[in-house]
Amino acid sequence: MSSLQAPVLEVEDLAVRFTRRGEQPTRAVDGVSFSVAPGETIGLVGESGCGKSVTSLAIMGLLPRRGVEVTGSVRFDGNDLVDAPDHVLRGLRGADMGMVFQDPLSSLNPTVPIGTQVTEVLLEHREMSKAEAQDEAVRLLDKVGIPDPGRRLKEYPHQLSGGMRQRALIAMALACSPRLLIADEPTTALDVTIQAQILELLRELVVDAGTALVMITHDLGVVAGLCDRVHVMYAGKIIETADRRDLFARPRQPYTGGLLASVPRLDSARGAPLTPIRGSARDAIPWSEGCAFAPRCDNAQDDCLTEVSGSTVPLVPDGPGRELRCRHPLEHPAAPSGATAHGAAR
Amino acid sequence: MLRFIVRRLFQLVPILLGLSVLLFAWLRALPGGPAQAALGERATPEAIAQYNELFGLDEPLIVQYFRFLGRAITLDFGTSTQYGRPVTEVFLERFPGTIELTLLAMVFAIGVGIPLGYLAARRHGSFLDSASVVGSLIGVAIPVFFLAYLLRLLFAVELGWLPGSGRQDVRIDATRITNFYVLDGLLTREWDAAWDALLHLILPAIALGTIPLAIIVRITRASVLDVVNEDYVRTANAKGLAMATVRRRHIVRNALLPVSTTIGLQTGLLLSGAVLTETVFAFGGVGLTLRDAITYRDFAILQGFILMLAIVYVLVNLLVDISYGLLDPRVRVR
Repeated sequence: MSSLQAPVLEVEDLAVRFTRRGEQPTRAVDGVSFSVAPGETIGLVGESGCGKSVTSLAIMGLLPRRGVEVTGSVRFDGNDLVDAPDHVLRGLRGADMGMVFQDPLSSLNPTVPIGTQVTEVLLEHREMSKAEAQDEAVRLLDKVGIPDPGRRLKEYPHQLSGGMRQRALIAMALACSPRLLIADEPTTALDVTIQAQILELLRELVVDAGTALVMITHDLGVVAGLCDRVHVMYAGKIIETADRRDLFARPRQPYTGGLLASVPRLDSARGAPLTPIRGSARDAIPWSEGCAFAPRCDNAQDDCLTEVSGSTVPLVPDGPGRELRCRHPLEHPAAPSGATAHGAAR
Repeated sequence: MLRFIVRRLFQLVPILLGLSVLLFAWLRALPGGPAQAALGERATPEAIAQYNELFGLDEPLIVQYFRFLGRAITLDFGTSTQYGRPVTEVFLERFPGTIELTLLAMVFAIGVGIPLGYLAARRHGSFLDSASVVGSLIGVAIPVFFLAYLLRLLFAVELGWLPGSGRQDVRIDATRITNFYVLDGLLTREWDAAWDALLHLILPAIALGTIPLAIIVRITRASVLDVVNEDYVRTANAKGLAMATVRRRHIVRNALLPVSTTIGLQTGLLLSGAVLTETVFAFGGVGLTLRDAITYRDFAILQGFILMLAIVYVLVNLLVDISYGLLDPRVRVR
């Protein structure tokens, strides 16, 4: 089920610069492009600080206006949202595009009952009376699997378990049946068993209903279970794009390979050391000076640390449906074509 | 909930006992006595002895203390040496003035402080923000009596816009019911009397409300700055709620939690008597009465007033704790 339909969301060359007074401006997101079609799920994957959350906030228009510079385009149904006025964005958010956040406890207002936090979305975007909204809220909580929804509506967030809170947040995001849902690490703060339930819930409610889903995560397990296409981000740029199966079978970017290798596996020998990626995301060098991942990369060679022909390492097509930003990618014996961006020329 | 209140009321007992002992000892340690103060420096020893006998001040201290304690349980604090009337009666006459003054001062402090603090936070780094920070610093730092004199000099003496002393114009012969002069005027439909009493409250209320105002501005500003960065405000925006709804339900409601505590504590403080402000404006509330009582060594007034104000202070604090539970479901007492 790939994207035969017109995409709901097209992000093109999106860049976010933080310009704090008295500080060097930093590029949190740089030249990010992707699109999602109805019923499709894409994953934005990377370590903390790689710019995936900033990307999602930029799409929703939730970044503060001051000290932040957003360029490029975010087209929702063909309309650009980057320079859209506040009231247009407020009309879309909650109604046509929903968002689920990472930490369900801090994402819910502690002093307002759950019921009010659900009904307020309905009252804002749909022409409903309070009583109708109340009934709809009961139905929504029931749909996301919260038992005894009538009673839960009167309760406050601290009275619910972590899984319940995330279900309540999902109910709020899905209240008006949006066509796009962005889930920013929706399972990170939850127990493993609850994680699986929440992912299953998202699959049922979102994917089956034909909603376009952008899944933001650092968890490759989530990717494996849910995503059709995956974009791996590093230091604000997409460095590899592939269908889920291709990516897991033949990661090309050494960073992607490192992410996959650092997941503990049941079939490895007991006591065998895990293989983490060297260093941390803070070791990244600016893209203008070469490949940001080079300082941590086992495949890095001299030309990774220098700019070539006046441009940064480009994102280039890498076989069918794949894109890659790397000069010395991982080779796989079964790869259909040995051609790489620069490796073949050497 | 009821157990919580009862427990807190029981905590009053040791507080009041300790306070009464301290008060008693402290007052007797003051140089000069009520007789000296009342009869003057040249009073004969016989006259002083007679005066002391009249008010029971000739007996041993320990006897005086327990007699005081025994009566105090029934809220009888003896007779004022200054007015020759029961202390409780004087208190019921003066305390309403202080309550009126406190209420108006807090209305001023809250009414100006919360919007100003909110705006300063939402325009963080703007001129308004810097001005509110500097202004509230000045507001806290300025001595109350200085500000009170300044206000009185400018608005009462020079410009003559507002009355500068007393609780009501002496030429008004108003009927007294509750001793809340504004309320009495309304109850008896003596509109002039009510209006005049209200005008008399304005300058002292501004002088008295300045410190609470400055504190409320600072706390509101800091609290709003915290809350706007909370995840749940981002969630509210992600739901596409109108800005007014986000502001009212998600920002202000939560930002006011710490402010409400401050309001309660400040109200308690103001109720226990604004000696300086009441002195400058010759405003006959408990503050002015306490000052006079010290001058005249009126032990009965001092003992009675201070103990009753302590009770009021503890009760106000109890109200603050209860209201906090109502405002924040997380600390609700079960």
